[in-house]
Amino acid sequence: MATAKETILWRVRRATRDVPEGERPGDVPVERGYRKEGDGARAGTVDRFAAHVAEYEATVHRLSGDDLPDAVGKILEKRGLRRLVVPPGLPEGWVPGGVEVLRDDANARLSNGVLDASDGVLTGCALGIAQTGTIVLDAGPGQGRRALTLLPDYHLCVVREEQVVDLVPEAFARLEATVRDEGRAVTFISGPSATSDIELNRVEGVHGPRALEVLIVG
Amino acid sequence: MTPRTKPPDAFSPGETPTFEVSARESLRDSQLRRNLGKATQTIRRKRAVAVEELPDWEELREAGRALKERTLRHLDTYLLQLEESVTRAGGVVHWARDADEANRIVAGIAKEKGADEVVKVKSIATDETKLNEHLESEGIHAFETDLAELIIQLAGENSSHILVPAIHKNRAEIRELFLRELDVEDLSDEPKDLTNAARLYLRKKFLNAKVGVSGANFAVAETGTISVVESEGNGRMCTTLPPVLVTLMGIEKIIPRWRDFEVFMQLLPRSSTAERMNPYTSFWTGVSGEAGDGPQEFHLVLLDNGRTDVLADEIGRQTLNCIRCSACLNVCPVYERTGGHAYNSVYPGPIGAILTPQLVGIGKPGPDSLPYASSLCGACYQVCPVKINIPEVLVHLRGRVVRHKQDGGTLRQRLDPENVAMQAMAKTFSDPKLYENAQGLARVGQWPFARGGKIGSLPGRLAGWTAVRDLKPVPKQSFREWWKEERG
Repeated sequence: MATAKETILWRVRRATRDVPEGERPGDVPVERGYRKEGDGARAGTVDRFAAHVAEYEATVHRLSGDDLPDAVGKILEKRGLRRLVVPPGLPEGWVPGGVEVLRDDANARLSNGVLDASDGVLTGCALGIAQTGTIVLDAGPGQGRRALTLLPDYHLCVVREEQVVDLVPEAFARLEATVRDEGRAVTFISGPSATSDIELNRVEGVHGPRALEVLIVG
Repeated sequence: MTPRTKPPDAFSPGETPTFEVSARESLRDSQLRRNLGKATQTIRRKRAVAVEELPDWEELREAGRALKERTLRHLDTYLLQLEESVTRAGGVVHWARDADEANRIVAGIAKEKGADEVVKVKSIATDETKLNEHLESEGIHAFETDLAELIIQLAGENSSHILVPAIHKNRAEIRELFLRELDVEDLSDEPKDLTNAARLYLRKKFLNAKVGVSGANFAVAETGTISVVESEGNGRMCTTLPPVLVTLMGIEKIIPRWRDFEVFMQLLPRSSTAERMNPYTSFWTGVSGEAGDGPQEFHLVLLDNGRTDVLADEIGRQTLNCIRCSACLNVCPVYERTGGHAYNSVYPGPIGAILTPQLVGIGKPGPDSLPYASSLCGACYQVCPVKINIPEVLVHLRGRVVRHKQDGGTLRQRLDPENVAMQAMAKTFSDPKLYENAQGLARVGQWPFARGGKIGSLPGRLAGWTAVRDLKPVPKQSFREWWKEERG
């Protein structure tokens, strides 16, 4: 008896009998007339990124690299956050004193329970997309595994200006090698989670961190 | 929580009422009409703004359409490539000819893991296969984790909208439901408090689930990457936390290459929720192994369940371009008034009117009535991000329904006047310009044939149409013209 796979493939081939025998997938024309890159004006790109992230009800700060540790410390203090999750590979200088650091490590992974009971997480990112105000995580250094940015109720994310691309196609182009060669998981974050399921009233923060704060570092 | 049985739909055994009968019932529900009116108008307006922002929107639509055409014409090649890449990345691929086979595969995996509960992120494919009911019959409870899905699951109802399934329920009803079902003591009817109650309830489920079940928005043949596009974060929870993940997807969800996301991830969020980008999108490629990032076990179930029949119809095939954005629902004047339940299908609205009858097969009274649930105004085609010519397919399916009624395949059927007229109309509907011209022409040209408010006979290739029936004269102003004028 034919397997399900054989049957489905047979059905597909029968259904596409109208496709000429010699036609290859690449023979079906795909016109890519859309924009692949922005105009390359850096200042405008970063401004647009900051504005679009803020429109999603995320808190955005812009600062110079030297001020980073100070700024992180002040933000955490203001929010009263004490137990901070830190992914492997995060620059040491970013973590302020005076907080309890919960370090995730390949040899000593934090349990879901510990992540759930933490106050927040501090990470870097892989990319920012100006066109859509999106932060891209690819599980690389300073970002960690996906659960780290999912279970804590607060996410503080550092984006370096040179990480911001203008358009969506630029982001997928930059991520291609990581996905194809290493198969790392990629997460797009555009503002905190949200729902409009009850009478179309927008509520920020359903699952995942209910607050997202972004530090754009020049 | 008490499991409830949902009312049957086109994908359940037995017959469903026709659209006409169900629509009459829906039209009596004024609460539903108010909610729907508000919802569709809001989303419609926001979508127009989001699309305006992109100067290359038409180029993106064309690329999206062409990529889907390429995929569908060579679906066998891409399915095999996807199987290979998912397997290489440490996943297991299953093939399911129909709903029953898909459900048994998922239940089998859950049972093997000793799970009596699974957490689910909204997936219309699993609604189509009635996975929850099947799991329940095997002693496994599936928790819907999307807020709206949770609401309708607790209420034992069916979705009324692809994107906002609980749009027919107001906050007071939801509060009552949560007080009764979620074991909370005190709760206001503020959307924020209601949402928080669901967050607390579901967090426990996410942390303890052994198996997560998801659908897929896209699957990349080249890399084996699956993506789930969402807003609430329950998708991230379901695809990240449980040690075992099962994804059920229709075979048409494939895109050829990773970089093709650059097209679809621009088209989908703006068409769907009218946002530049939806809050969360997860992309995963098999299992991460050593890194300990996400599930240790990943299963992908590839579902046919009638899709190859849709593929076999050269005009109907484009229906499989659909990326489930729901833009066509929000612009449809028929949907806006009747709501989703009238379609008696997990796929409501204009896309449902062409997808449902093709998936379940022509010859069932309920689904057969759906291609007639349209004024053929063409608004759905204009907003479709992958350019599905819904009016063309509607007319084509009406022809198939008529042919089927007349025993199919005979000389009589080929010469049937209604059928001949349908084919002529299908040609006209294949191009919005042609259609508008034809309407204009009909208006100018109809006076010699109109008698007493009815058209008794038409010239040329449309003569067959009026040989069997009287046709209402084309109004002075078409619906499309009126719409343009009224809503800009």
